[in-house]
Amino acid sequence: MSLLGTHFNYLAVVVLMMIGLFIVFSSRNLIKRMIGLAIFQTSTGLFYISLGKVAGGTAAIRLDAASPEGMALAATLDQAYVAQHGVDGVVYSNPLPHVLILTAIVVGVATLAVGLAIAVRIREAYGTIETNEITAVARVDAAGAEAAP
Amino acid sequence: MTVFDNLYVAAPALTAHAPILVVLAPLVGACAAALAPGARTGWVISVVTTLFAVWMAVAVAGEVARHGVVQYAMGGFAPPLGIAFRIDALGAGMGLLVSTMGFLGALYSGHALASEIDSQKHTLFQAGYLLCVAGFLGLVFTGDAFNAFVFLEVSSIGTYALVAAGEARDRRALPAAFTYLIFGTVGATFYVIGVGFLYGATGTLNMADMAARLGTLGDSSAVQAGFAFIVVGLGVKAAMFPLHGWLPGTYSTAPSLVSVFLAAVATKSAIYLMARFAFDVFPQTTTFGGLFIKDVLAPLAAAGAIICSLQAIFETEIRRMLAFSSIAQVGFILLGFSLASAAGMSAALFYMFAHALMKTALFMALGALAISLRAKRLDDLAGVAREAPWSVAAFGVGAASLAGVPLTMGFLAKWRLIDAALGAGAIWIVATLAIGSLLTLVYVGRMLEAMFFRAPPPGAARAKEAPVGVLAPLWIAAGLSIWFGIDASLPEAIADAGAAALFGAPR
Repeated sequence: MSLLGTHFNYLAVVVLMMIGLFIVFSSRNLIKRMIGLAIFQTSTGLFYISLGKVAGGTAAIRLDAASPEGMALAATLDQAYVAQHGVDGVVYSNPLPHVLILTAIVVGVATLAVGLAIAVRIREAYGTIETNEITAVARVDAAGAEAAP
Repeated sequence: MTVFDNLYVAAPALTAHAPILVVLAPLVGACAAALAPGARTGWVISVVTTLFAVWMAVAVAGEVARHGVVQYAMGGFAPPLGIAFRIDALGAGMGLLVSTMGFLGALYSGHALASEIDSQKHTLFQAGYLLCVAGFLGLVFTGDAFNAFVFLEVSSIGTYALVAAGEARDRRALPAAFTYLIFGTVGATFYVIGVGFLYGATGTLNMADMAARLGTLGDSSAVQAGFAFIVVGLGVKAAMFPLHGWLPGTYSTAPSLVSVFLAAVATKSAIYLMARFAFDVFPQTTTFGGLFIKDVLAPLAAAGAIICSLQAIFETEIRRMLAFSSIAQVGFILLGFSLASAAGMSAALFYMFAHALMKTALFMALGALAISLRAKRLDDLAGVAREAPWSVAAFGVGAASLAGVPLTMGFLAKWRLIDAALGAGAIWIVATLAIGSLLTLVYVGRMLEAMFFRAPPPGAARAKEAPVGVLAPLWIAAGLSIWFGIDASLPEAIADAGAAALFGAPR
């Protein structure tokens, strides 16, 4: 149970990942499969963000005790925490995973767009977006190729 | 790579930026091609930018031969903090392969596209193609694990669209492209998860830095999970048996140019990245990595080589035969890889080059026939040798190389692989190679028998010889398959240097 308490975020990642993968491989509807793929990719994002979180860490904007802007920013934090560590002793979360996932989200959106565009073309060419019906039509196509002179 | 030692092909100022120019040229070309006013302009842009990439790749190879490793820090931020291209002999060799194949494909696309795709879409198709070339070039040059993912996806997204473009001739291209997209994205996401684990364990994304830290860090379950995710993810992209489900449909329905380029480059780039992780990033002292390669990868590669060769024998559609043959050949390459030695890796690399050239010749020849003959089945191609002798002769050369006939590059590739396996005492790998080669002979024999010796069916549509613009790149690929079969010093030097870059020991 202690694992559940301390690693709750990672458990959420695993659950989301499995839900996404299950939808991708079990669903017959092309749109639902894309949704599953999106959930799967989102779980990766959550995984990276969890990695970057430092306990007690704040957003990675450096607080400078000497400047008024720094003090103003420090005023927006948890005051008990700031009092304990001082403005210069504040820890920050790792910003790099956030940046990476920003890139991965862009990549994911592009993939999703291409996938949905292909689904639209499949609907136009086959009249359905259910994989079992597409397979049935494709089988007829293949048989047609067999019978072609 | 002693061949490249005294090769100065570009001015020093240009050579200094050659690593990024290799990738930038097709990337900029992609934007230009998308805006090009006509199909012809798009084709010229495609040929010029890929030729420029070849030139720059040769310049990079020269630098690598002289200095060992070439680093190119993006924006002047030094690694490991900044993202950098890090090119060793292996990366330089892969860069030469990808850019050369990209150029041959671009050359070929001039005439071949006309019969397959609506002429209004040619410019967009060229844009996607150049995007794909740029992605693969970046993938083999980058020294950053996450950057590699981005390049992998740049090339993949281009590929999905290109495969789907095959619908004009065969609507099965659409579901094939969709399946490829699902498989490819799941594979790439697995890779990202693996990189995440490694980043969590080491705190760095630079591959060289990661390797150094993993060396002192030792084993942990996070590192092992990272390794597993990366290998499975890249295994999907490399069509490693049994993760190859996307490949037959994709290769058999995509436009012929796309099949050519995918067969020549796509799976190989993924294998390259897998080798980079397995032998370079992960210290070779880790037991789990070695165990995985020996006990999981090698048997799967052997199973793929045998089972997919059998499937190729029983296929009736000729492009599906070649697709299954490609999976089987990936199995052969991975067998060399799984020896985890300089000799094995060198043989695997040499096999990659040989396979890229032979499959290019085979798919290009089929594309050349498809211009005049809408044939999918092998039986429809009966007797085409009489009608299109030049195309079919080039197909014959590619097929001979695939079967491993002496004096072709395929023979030397198999020879080196068997030599490496014997050197490692892996008799079962030699046996697998022998059985796989025999099975290859069966389906290659079926193809050649139908094309050369069978009489054409009466009243069937007749094939015509393809235009010179298609025959030229086709015969370059076929000619190189023979040339390197007689004098293999160039690919041998590149393969040996590439393997030495990973294992540090010359063959």
